[in-house]
Amino acid sequence: MKDLSMEELTSQYYDVLKELGNIGAGNATTALAQLIGCKVDMSVPQVQLLEFNELGEIVGGEDEIMVGIYLQVEGDIEGSMMFIQKKLSAAHLVNKLMCGMLGVDDEEIASAEFGEMECSAIKEVGNIITGAYLNALSSLTGLKIYPSVPQLGIDMAGALLSVPAVEFGLFADKILLVQTKFSDDVELDGYFILIPDMESYEKILKVLGVM
Amino acid sequence: MSEVIKVGMADMAVCSGDDAVTTLGLGSCIGIAIRDPSAGIGGLVHIMLPDSTEIRNNTNRLKFADTGIEDLVNEIIKKGGSKSRLVAKIAGGAQMFSSGGKSDTIRVGERNAQASRKKLMELKIPLLSEDTGKTYGRTVVFYPKTGDYVIRSVGMPEKKI
Repeated sequence: MKDLSMEELTSQYYDVLKELGNIGAGNATTALAQLIGCKVDMSVPQVQLLEFNELGEIVGGEDEIMVGIYLQVEGDIEGSMMFIQKKLSAAHLVNKLMCGMLGVDDEEIASAEFGEMECSAIKEVGNIITGAYLNALSSLTGLKIYPSVPQLGIDMAGALLSVPAVEFGLFADKILLVQTKFSDDVELDGYFILIPDMESYEKILKVLGVM
Repeated sequence: MSEVIKVGMADMAVCSGDDAVTTLGLGSCIGIAIRDPSAGIGGLVHIMLPDSTEIRNNTNRLKFADTGIEDLVNEIIKKGGSKSRLVAKIAGGAQMFSSGGKSDTIRVGERNAQASRKKLMELKIPLLSEDTGKTYGRTVVFYPKTGDYVIRSVGMPEKKI
């Protein structure tokens, strides 16, 4: 088997990964729309291969408070996945799910504390979104993908992102980030980070006939 | 005018005078602050993984505790610090999620902290204080002139070590 490094991801591979991100995020958006019961628009996801030190700035600063959902992936593909969004976006989503219990205006929603129920709701959203993302990936490639129970973290962007960054760091100096903008009445930013280990990358690309 | 220099992941910076170095949102990574108190020169390196010898892809020296600390020490000496006077403080090494990734990445924060202590001991640089472990992120600012290492976390009072 050819040894593949992230740096060898030529534009062709890159396009494939971009498309995977696109399909995954598209599916996730549909799932989200069904969940919150309204139309959700999605912009074309941006897929970027980033240096570690660029990561924080892309998501709006390393000290921006964000909500991260993190889970393990097993099966034909092994690795982990993270869905991360700004706290305000997460609060809007929770508010939608909980029929406006957090408040009506931005200020009220932004200042809402995340208690047990809110955390549980956001975990469920994360579960559905990441599940839909992985489902799309699985049906496209025919590979079996089993996600673990998601875990929730609310902290500074840099701290949360260090988790996938470390996993990428084991084999590369860059990280692959899929940014999706959802919007219904408010704009919700979300980022997907899929971290298959190197062998899984090769598997995905092989199945798709790229290598 | 004093300046605060930002250090990203797998990155470092050295400064002197009233300037400071900062790194935002340390998770399982470690911010190792080293300074020469009499020369007032010091710096910060933001490492991500414990050991460069464990990993195939190790060209980025600042990614690892062992090589990152070496490079920071060399940079401080190059800018006029004296190796025998150097002292260190470390912060970070949290476990952000209770069960993390593959076996390699489980407890990477703790292993980062251990590797940092070990490397400092090897270089005979005294570790004056540390704030490591736990489950939350840290933003740190280091002032090489005074040696203050200020730590901020979400929902917690500011801390100085």
